[in-house]
Amino acid sequence: MWSLIQVELYKIFRRPRTYIAFGAVAALIVVIQLGLKIDGNSYAAFLMKDINDTLTVDGKVLNGYLICYILLQLLLVHVPLLVALIAADMLSGEANLGTLRLLFSTPFSRTQWVLAKFIAASVYTILLLIWLAFLALFVSMWVFGTDDLFLMKSNYVVLIEQKDVLWRYVGAFVFASFSLLTVTSLGFLMSSMAGNSIGPIVGTMSAIVFFTILSTLNIPLFTIIKPYLFTTHMNNWKEFFDIKVNASNEAITGSILNIPKIKTSLIVLTLHIILFVTASIMIMKKKDILS
Amino acid sequence: MSVIKVQHISKHFGNLKAVDDLSFEVQAGQVFGFLGQNGSGKSTTIRMLLSLIHPSSGSIEIFGKSIEKNRAAILEQVGAIIERPDLYPYLNAKEHLQLFAKVRKQKIPAGAIDATLEKVGLFHRAKDKVQTFSLGMKQRLGIAIALVHNPSLIILDEPTNGLDPQGIAAIRTLIKQLAKEEGKTVFVSSHLLSEIEQVADQILIIHQGKKIIEGVTKDLLDPQRRIVQIKTMDDEGTLQVIVAGSFSNYLLPRREGIFLKIPTYEIPLLNETLVKAGVALLAIETKNSLEDYFLQITSNA
Amino acid sequence: MKNYKVILVIGALFLLSFMSSMPLAAQLDPLIEKVSQKLALVNDYVAEGNMKTDVAFIKASLGKVKVYFKKPNLLKVKKEGGISLLPRGGVSLTINTLLNTKQYTTIPAGTQLVNGKNLTVIKLIPTDDNLDWVISTLWIDPIAALVYKTATTTKENGSYEITMQYGEYANYGLASKIIFSFNTKDYKLPNGITLEFGDEDPSAKQKALKNKKGTIEITYSKYSINKGIPSNLF
Repeated sequence: MWSLIQVELYKIFRRPRTYIAFGAVAALIVVIQLGLKIDGNSYAAFLMKDINDTLTVDGKVLNGYLICYILLQLLLVHVPLLVALIAADMLSGEANLGTLRLLFSTPFSRTQWVLAKFIAASVYTILLLIWLAFLALFVSMWVFGTDDLFLMKSNYVVLIEQKDVLWRYVGAFVFASFSLLTVTSLGFLMSSMAGNSIGPIVGTMSAIVFFTILSTLNIPLFTIIKPYLFTTHMNNWKEFFDIKVNASNEAITGSILNIPKIKTSLIVLTLHIILFVTASIMIMKKKDILS
Repeated sequence: MSVIKVQHISKHFGNLKAVDDLSFEVQAGQVFGFLGQNGSGKSTTIRMLLSLIHPSSGSIEIFGKSIEKNRAAILEQVGAIIERPDLYPYLNAKEHLQLFAKVRKQKIPAGAIDATLEKVGLFHRAKDKVQTFSLGMKQRLGIAIALVHNPSLIILDEPTNGLDPQGIAAIRTLIKQLAKEEGKTVFVSSHLLSEIEQVADQILIIHQGKKIIEGVTKDLLDPQRRIVQIKTMDDEGTLQVIVAGSFSNYLLPRREGIFLKIPTYEIPLLNETLVKAGVALLAIETKNSLEDYFLQITSNA
Repeated sequence: MKNYKVILVIGALFLLSFMSSMPLAAQLDPLIEKVSQKLALVNDYVAEGNMKTDVAFIKASLGKVKVYFKKPNLLKVKKEGGISLLPRGGVSLTINTLLNTKQYTTIPAGTQLVNGKNLTVIKLIPTDDNLDWVISTLWIDPIAALVYKTATTTKENGSYEITMQYGEYANYGLASKIIFSFNTKDYKLPNGITLEFGDEDPSAKQKALKNKKGTIEITYSKYSINKGIPSNLF
């Protein structure tokens, strides 16, 4: 099994397509960082318009931690599309290429191959996320410095102490890995049903875009179905950055407002992953390899 | 000992019967020629041998074991190329062999990869990416992949497709060498009789998913035997006469028409028997060779 | 003759009004003088303390702050390595900065019992139009000469209330705890900008709707007085 994973990883990282996603993430992040470096203060001023009516905010609001948060907000919506590019190609791409019949006539079972391919796609996903974390968090920390995280949410502001931030990002990235693995498994499922890569790639992207729109529209009809959409749960990494307050409205350092919400989302996402991968295995086991 | 034993396998794709009640056996050390025109069910059969396609009915045993139940153990000893030589364009020849050597349960000795490349004449192009390869070179690399783990059964589906005459000759030599010198069993398919008849010990012709004829090549090509087609007004009655007259051994399986492979000297006797029994004969046509016969059945399609 | 009478009346009225305004401008309330004298002992200070921000729409933890003051009215609150939220324009209006300007007149406004203390109430009205406050009311303990509460209305930044408690540094007129109270305005950012589409903390939302008053509380642990501070710090 280990050798299958090695073979699959080898193939992924020998393909030029793999690096498109790494390049795209780097380009997006650098462009946003550059923009914020040059014109970030007016952006921050715009965000803080309401606050400045009442309070003076003193300190480095636009620091690496906030930049990383802004980047994650923007990118974690789009990275799934890049993940789909590889994940949705894992089975269908080889079917299209005609190499799937070579793999499936080796002494390893289809279940083993499908699992090895899923694990390899997951490794790719995680590496992409680590790459994103490195650029979004560590490069931002290096370029913009660090300070408290002054987070402007829709209805309130959260001020998280500098020393209380980093572990939250670790949590958020671990959470994000579950989100992205859900996308990987969805792409994988679509991939198992097709004989070419374009269909599943476009299919996965469309599904993500469609469900994300449903998740973000605040229309009562959609609010009912929202809790059942995986895209709703994918966004809950943000919960790591909301903090509890005590009776006298003091934020409790090291606390998370809604841990059950994070747990629920992780369970929902994990169930999706298991469901999608199991379905892929079932489909591939039954399938006649005609390509 | 039979290496492959296929019993009454059929495969339907919806209404299409790709393979229809096919049975045959391949003996150890044999080169088995699997002949049929394109779309006759060859590749579907080969894919069933490799458990890429699940048969609708029937059973397949390889090395005396069911492929459904002992897939891994069987495939460890099988090397195959299936139809087109589809490969990874971004990898080179050597990387392909390394990759496929890795997905074997047994350990492939270090020298095996270079030796295999040498065997198929690709050693000098080992480091070139496959996207620069001609169809013939890809075909040879495909064969190398089938051979790299030193399997005892080699299944080659149309191995000479896309090859130039020298390439075809080289593959022919290789097949003979694998069987005669290395004692391997080779199952080779083609749509050209001329290719098969030069290497195969045994030939099976498949048409529209059904077995048409199977026999030892030597016998099938025996100039002392002729293929005879009997054209009558009443095929059913004629068949009864043939069976009663102990010519049934010479009958070739066929959906339509009556064909026999019969020693030349027995043709007059057959004629006499039919006439005596009062069969309304239209004609008794003799075919010159297996090639004629093959061409005829395939052109009838 | 009639004209003469009119001029005389106007002249008398003018003189009267001039005379009546004289004592107000000339002499400040002695209690304010007493307080000022006490405060004059402090040329500068650096104070360490904890700051607590209690604004309905803000979730912030207790933070360590340093407060820098230099005569006559330079004041800065700095959070140690962090972001601090201060009432807009409010912090500079502490007792020291109010009184040290000397550009005001005083109006006594009686006494009031606050938290069991009988405090003298004095109103300050600035005489310099350039000052950014309009009126300030001080509640002063007449015996200790300590200001316990001020309520200031500013030109641009609304009204503030500052409540003080005293301890170790009462001799210098320096508080051990200061609470700034101020009115807050609504806070709301569109979802499209924050990219928050889920449900936010509903309790925080409710609180923000109910409570329009914010406080910032600084509890001082240590003052270093008259050690000298460079002006460029402010």
